[in-house]
Amino acid sequence: MNLSLATGAQWDWAFAWEILPQLLSAMRVTVTATLLGMSLAVFGGLLLVMMRRSHIKTLSRSGYWTIEFIRGTPLLIQLYFFYYVLPEYGLQQSAMVTGVLALGLHYSSYMAEVYRAGIDAVPKGQWEAATALNFPPKRTFFTLILPQAIPPIVPASGNYLVAMFKDSVLLSTITVTEVLYTARDDIGSDRFRYLEPLTLVGVLFLIVSLISVAGIRRLERHLEKKR
Amino acid sequence: MTDSPEPFIQIRDLHKSFGDLKVLQGINLDIPAGEMVSVIGPSGSGKSTLLRVLMTLERPEQGEVLIGGEPLYSMDGEGHTTLPPKAQFRALRNRIGMVFQHFNLFPHMTVLRNVTEAPVRVLGVSRKDAKAEAMKYLDEVGLAEKADAYPAQLSGGQKQRVAIARALAMHPEIMLFDEITSALDPELVGGILALLDRLGKRKEMTMLIVTHHMNFARQSSDRVLFFDGGVILEDGKPDDIFTHPTHDRTREFLKSVLEV
Repeated sequence: MNLSLATGAQWDWAFAWEILPQLLSAMRVTVTATLLGMSLAVFGGLLLVMMRRSHIKTLSRSGYWTIEFIRGTPLLIQLYFFYYVLPEYGLQQSAMVTGVLALGLHYSSYMAEVYRAGIDAVPKGQWEAATALNFPPKRTFFTLILPQAIPPIVPASGNYLVAMFKDSVLLSTITVTEVLYTARDDIGSDRFRYLEPLTLVGVLFLIVSLISVAGIRRLERHLEKKR
Repeated sequence: MTDSPEPFIQIRDLHKSFGDLKVLQGINLDIPAGEMVSVIGPSGSGKSTLLRVLMTLERPEQGEVLIGGEPLYSMDGEGHTTLPPKAQFRALRNRIGMVFQHFNLFPHMTVLRNVTEAPVRVLGVSRKDAKAEAMKYLDEVGLAEKADAYPAQLSGGQKQRVAIARALAMHPEIMLFDEITSALDPELVGGILALLDRLGKRKEMTMLIVTHHMNFARQSSDRVLFFDGGVILEDGKPDDIFTHPTHDRTREFLKSVLEV
């Protein structure tokens, strides 16, 4: 045992197989947190970009500063703030809910910028046609402009989905039993072996990321074919 | 054109600048209902800007516009242009339609949807009625069989016909046509101009047409305006303007465009 420690741990297939089911089930937590977080970011980003575009100065200013503030501070600090500080003000949720909220909020600010790029790319003539047909501003935005802004931003949104998926390991720091927490705190420190659990976590991330990327490519192609 | 009791469109001392560039420098114009007016003149003379101001795509700095006696733009005490209250402004804008040089069809909607969307969403027409009407207008512009196509599947001429049908479906009393044949292949221009001519003959709408087609302006319109340097230099019957222009500038312009 001493000898094997000195020369580095040997890969143990039996151990790897043994812990795989536990990691896979923890991966479900990771994927769930990501999907919920991304859904929040998709709506939050839209909300922020609408604030930014508002004709009401206070609203557009606060939209701008919210985006810059969230983008400009680390996700880990936001996570800690949600987890440790908010409960002091009576806002206490489970670690999972806290984690999803923090991920969603953080990525809302990135998604807001993605939406902005998509909206800016819609030709000015589309807005003018909407004015000429006397569409009310909300209608113009939701039925005429936004549907044109979304297909081009699918690739960028996909990148953020994968980035959020990888960032979700930060949730392990607030005791969410996602895949890294399980590998490190449940399996690693219990069995004193880190090589297999951490390696498997890396491989699982790679596999899920590759699948997501393939899915996003398909969606892109589908949207391209539609026009 | 002062014989009618009250002109349908009244424009008084209209000014519009883009930064230091003064594009409209005091436009005064009365247009009776149902008149078909061609607007000609060199590029940058303010023709399109006048249409865009009437469509409320641009806000004038100064001046007044009345549509059927109701103010679209009026002057406040400090000499600035103000808009009427929102409901009134929107009601007034409903009476004006516009067709653009680059069609501006909604690419994510079928031809039919392009034509029905505004009647349904803006006028509150039922989908069924809007569809029946849209088919009537698409038939009118010769594109009924393209109702389910997307704009990307149409030629430029077809796109412009759809854009005309889309504007007609809102039943505007005033229609503004902003160089609508300029982005088309030459062989497609004739069909669009014939369509305009047909619409004008019905006298159902007041039409302002910015065009570079002098033959069309001369033969189809009731009246021609010659714009130069942000003012209306010449205003009259087509034959008078083309045969006896009163300004040298008009003569030069006509000579240069008719020679090509």
